[in-house]
Formats: sequence, C-alpha cells, structure tokens
Amino acid sequence: MIDVNRQGEVWVFAEQHGGLLEDTPIELMSKGRHLADILGVGLGAVLLGDNVKGLATKLIHYGADKVYLAEHPLLEHYQANSYAKVFYDLIHKYKPQIAIYGATAVGRDLGPRIASATKAGLTADCTDLQIGDHKTTDGQMHKNLLFQIRPAFGGNIIATIINYDRWPQMATVREGVMAMPTPNTARKGQIITEKVQLSPQELPIEILEEHTRAKKVDLKAARIIVAGGAGLGSKENFRLIWDLANCLGGAPAATRAAIDLGFIDHDHQVGQTGTTVRPSLYIAVGISGAIQHQSGMSQSQKIVAINNDPQAPIFDVAHYKIVGDLNEVVPRMIKAIKEKGFKETSSAESK
Amino acid sequence: MNDDGTVNRAALPAIFNPEDLNALEAALDIKDRFGGTVTVITMGLPAAVTTLKDALYRGADEAILVTDARCAASDTLATSYILSCAVRQLKYDIVLCGRQAIDGDTAQVGPQLAEKLGVPQITYVEKPVEIKGRTITVQRSAGNGWQKVKAQLPVLLTVTGEANVPRVAAAKKMMKYKAAMTPAGIEQTLKAENAAAAPDEIKSLAAHKAGELEKKGVLIKQWDLDFLKADLTWCGRNGSPTKVHRIQSVVLASKETKSVEPTDDGLAGMIHELLEDKIIA
Repeated sequence: MIDVNRQGEVWVFAEQHGGLLEDTPIELMSKGRHLADILGVGLGAVLLGDNVKGLATKLIHYGADKVYLAEHPLLEHYQANSYAKVFYDLIHKYKPQIAIYGATAVGRDLGPRIASATKAGLTADCTDLQIGDHKTTDGQMHKNLLFQIRPAFGGNIIATIINYDRWPQMATVREGVMAMPTPNTARKGQIITEKVQLSPQELPIEILEEHTRAKKVDLKAARIIVAGGAGLGSKENFRLIWDLANCLGGAPAATRAAIDLGFIDHDHQVGQTGTTVRPSLYIAVGISGAIQHQSGMSQSQKIVAINNDPQAPIFDVAHYKIVGDLNEVVPRMIKAIKEKGFKETSSAESK
Repeated sequence: MNDDGTVNRAALPAIFNPEDLNALEAALDIKDRFGGTVTVITMGLPAAVTTLKDALYRGADEAILVTDARCAASDTLATSYILSCAVRQLKYDIVLCGRQAIDGDTAQVGPQLAEKLGVPQITYVEKPVEIKGRTITVQRSAGNGWQKVKAQLPVLLTVTGEANVPRVAAAKKMMKYKAAMTPAGIEQTLKAENAAAAPDEIKSLAAHKAGELEKKGVLIKQWDLDFLKADLTWCGRNGSPTKVHRIQSVVLASKETKSVEPTDDGLAGMIHELLEDKIIA
C-alpha cells in the first residue's frame, strides 16, 4: 500500500510475449494517456522481460511519457511470483497513483498478486475508466479518483468502484473495450532502465511445455459479424448464421447460450465472458439480448436484430429492428444481399 | 443491495459456486489417486452450511464454516486475508479454489490467497493433475494456449470448469452427513425446539449434542475472526480498499431504431441503406 499521492503517475502494464506486445496494453495506452492528461501527470508503461528494449520506443509512440524497463533473463517467461515482485518494487519506488492491467490471462493472474502484496484495491474486468469525485457518507470529499466501471451481478447493474485511501488505484480492463490508438512516431519519451535482482527461488514454477491454440476466428478484426443465439434451435439450423456470414464476407459468432448448446465453438463467443467486438455491422439473429451479450457488442457501428419477440431487449440497442421468424427472414436477407451483387465468399467455413 | 452498494447476501440463496465444484472434484481426484484428506472451507453466512454439507455428500472429509458479522462487506482483498487466516490453522499441501465466482467473476481471491500464504499459484488448471513425491505437474490454460508446468508443494491451484466433471453426492455419504451441523446451528435448533428452556440449559444441551456429532465425525466446525486471531484492520469493510461509488441499473443507450418489415422489399431496403452508408461494401 502506498499513500494517496496526487503527483503519482498513471501506469500501464505493457504485457508482452516473446518480444511482441499484446493488443490490450496498447489499447490501455490510449485510456491511460487520457487519464494522465486529466490528472496532469505522466503516463508510464511498465515493460518486463528479457531483451525487450525494442518495445520501449513503440510504447512511447503509443503515448507513454516514460517506459520503466526491467530486463532480466529470468523475466523471459511470465511467472506470477517474479513479475509481481519486480512490479511491486517499482510501485514502492515510484508510487504511481494508478496502475492498470489488461484483463488477459496474465493480467488476471498478476494483478491480484500485486494487489495482495501492496494491500491495495483492484477492480477486475473494467469496461471503462474515468476520473471523478467521491463524497463519503460522512461528508469527506475525495477529488479526482479513478472510477473503475464494470458490469456486476450478471450485468444487470453497472458498478463504479473507487479506492480513496489505499493506493495505487488498480484495475484490470477487458480486452477490446478501449479503442486501439494510432502510433505517433514523432513522440519522444524517456526510457528508465531498472536494475532487477531475482534469484531462481523467485521462479517456483517450471514451464515444461507451452502450446498456442490458434483461435478459430478473429472476431476483433472482423468488419461484419453475424451472431446467432439459442433461438436458432439446433446446430443444423445454426447453418443459417454461417450462410449469412459467408455471403457478407463476415465472421460467424454466437452468444454464450448458443455455445453452451454446442451450436458452435467457444472461440466464436461474443459477450462479457467472450470477445468484445466493435464491427461496422453486427447482425444478431435469434438473440434475446441478455446484458452480458450486449456488453460485448453494443458498441458496433450498426446493429441489425432479428427476433420473433418484439419485446426482446436486443431491440433496445438495435438500429434495425426486424420482428419475424428467423427461418424466413435470414434466407430472404441472403437473397436481398445476393441481388445487390454480393459474391459468396468462402472466408468462413462451417465445421 | 445494501445502502452502501455492497450486496445483501442474506437476500440471496447460498449456492455452490460452479467452479468451486470443479475445485472440489480436483481435490477428491487427488485424494483418490495420491491419498490425503480433503477439507472444505467457506466464508459466509450460517446458511452456507448447506453448501458445506453438499461438499461432504460428494466426498469431502471435513468442513469448516468461517462466519462472523465482521466479515460483511469484505472485498476480494479482505476475503483472501480472512481465508488465509483460516487456511493457516490447517496443515496443507495443496489449496484449491474455483477460478472465479459466478457473481463477481473477479478471479482475484485465488491469487490473493496464494500471495498471503506465500505459496506459488497455478491458475486456470484445465486437466487432472499429476503428483510424484512433492512435485506437482499441471496443465493450465494460458489465454491463447496452454502450458504444462511443474512446481513443488505447497501450491495453490485455481480450477476451471473444463478441468473435470464434478461427481455427484453419494447416497451413503448423504446418510452419514445428513445430520451434520455447526455448533451455532445446533444451539439455534435447540432454542426453537425448547422455547421455554433457560439459556444455560440450552448451552449445555448444545455442547452435549456437539460432542456427539463430533464423535460421529459429522460436526461442521465454525470459526469466527477471534478464533482465527485475525487482525480486524484487514477484515470486512475496514479491510477493503475498494468501495462502491455508485450502482446504476443498466439503461441502454436508446438509439434510433428503425423497424424493418420482414418482407423481401423491407429487407432489400435495409441492405440498400447499409450499402449507401458504406457499412457493407
């Protein structure tokens, strides 16, 4: 725990694997920059690894004023103990007021370990971060706190969490909810090289094997997404989603309910526990629109919803509302698209 | 919801968190294949006894309820501190937690508990583990892939829903543990049954009954913060750095929604608009 310190910087954990930066920390750089500007303090990126110096300049281009660079052969592979120790030492040395992590597998493993060691608060899976004031019930005013905003309890409520007495204020932020910044190669910043002392005892885990599982689909990169829900009824009928996606050159996706029913692989899941997407066009077919699903797609540029229930909550976020039987509407839509001269692509293939 | 934005747990049913069932199954599987005993701990209201009994029905050897009004409003940090005090009362080689709870979804208590206990954490365990001597080998999910890792006991594992299929309650165990209770539960039942009895009388009856249950091995231990010698600075509301600033019901940004007729003409018109707006190309 560090004391409340108004001069403290905003920090972003610059998660890298094998010398490549993950998307999430880059997304966080734009948010971090924004927060730092409101507070009038610097933005620091914390870069841990072995031979990763080359990434420091990149982080500056993405908005960092300073990059805290900690290189050590024992930091080549991520481990909770070693990374938490180095990060913890940096927090105690430089006393940032805010530290944010991507809510990635690593961020969600590392963040709580650091929070426990520093005895500071950490809010998981935020979908937004803002700066604001908080008045306690006994009338104390705390200015310029980090508002850590996240859906809670099944997503029916949005909670804004703060910590005003035990700093740093920390949060993990969901992947894909912040926009990717464009790098500015003219930006200048400072690289601060930290001396790291680690002994093998601080690496209690031995990694025997490591395998990457290629995702079956890259929903984050898709411009058009056609998503199906439990309303499709069966895996066979889910074919309609593939067909519509194919004729638009889009990616097929699904709600958690449809995935739990085995209609399509988990990699295709959009929503709170899946991928957050922001495509140009999102077509929701047979999706009632549970808030968990909406939180993963409501920022799409245009949303078309097809449902036989005119009261379905999905229509609250839709730009185009089509009330009807999806088994009739989807084939008609495919026909209308083909008439406009679309060529069927084979970019998406059913398994 | 309470006035301070924390959750009114008393108004909610106590359920067995799904991934905690996977953690219990992983523990029982370790016991079956490598030996040992399985102790289940939960922090919660007295109603959480139902969950502990469920764990006993499925094969746990012992159950402990950590309950104290001063635990209320604990965030993940305070919860992990209180749990660490409870775990320290026991001899252990492996601490297993579900990856995350279905209400908060934070996945924080496992790693925080590991830090407090000073043991390594292996999160997102997705397969049954192997143990040889003091060495444990685990397959864990690592976001876009998986790792096989090795560590020396003691360790803390967080277990995902993919790791196993939890066994169901065994009829024999249900018979055995049906009567399982905490000392406080016994007292309450006796009070309800003997409304006219003096408090002292109830106390001595309760102590006697607790002794009987203990002999049968079906007494659920109940620990409070005094028993745990927990530092109250780190418990409950005081021990929780995160506070709720505001809770909002979800009001979705109402957008301008156009109704489209589900006819050929209606749909063609919409496709035309999407083309015009360069949403599709």
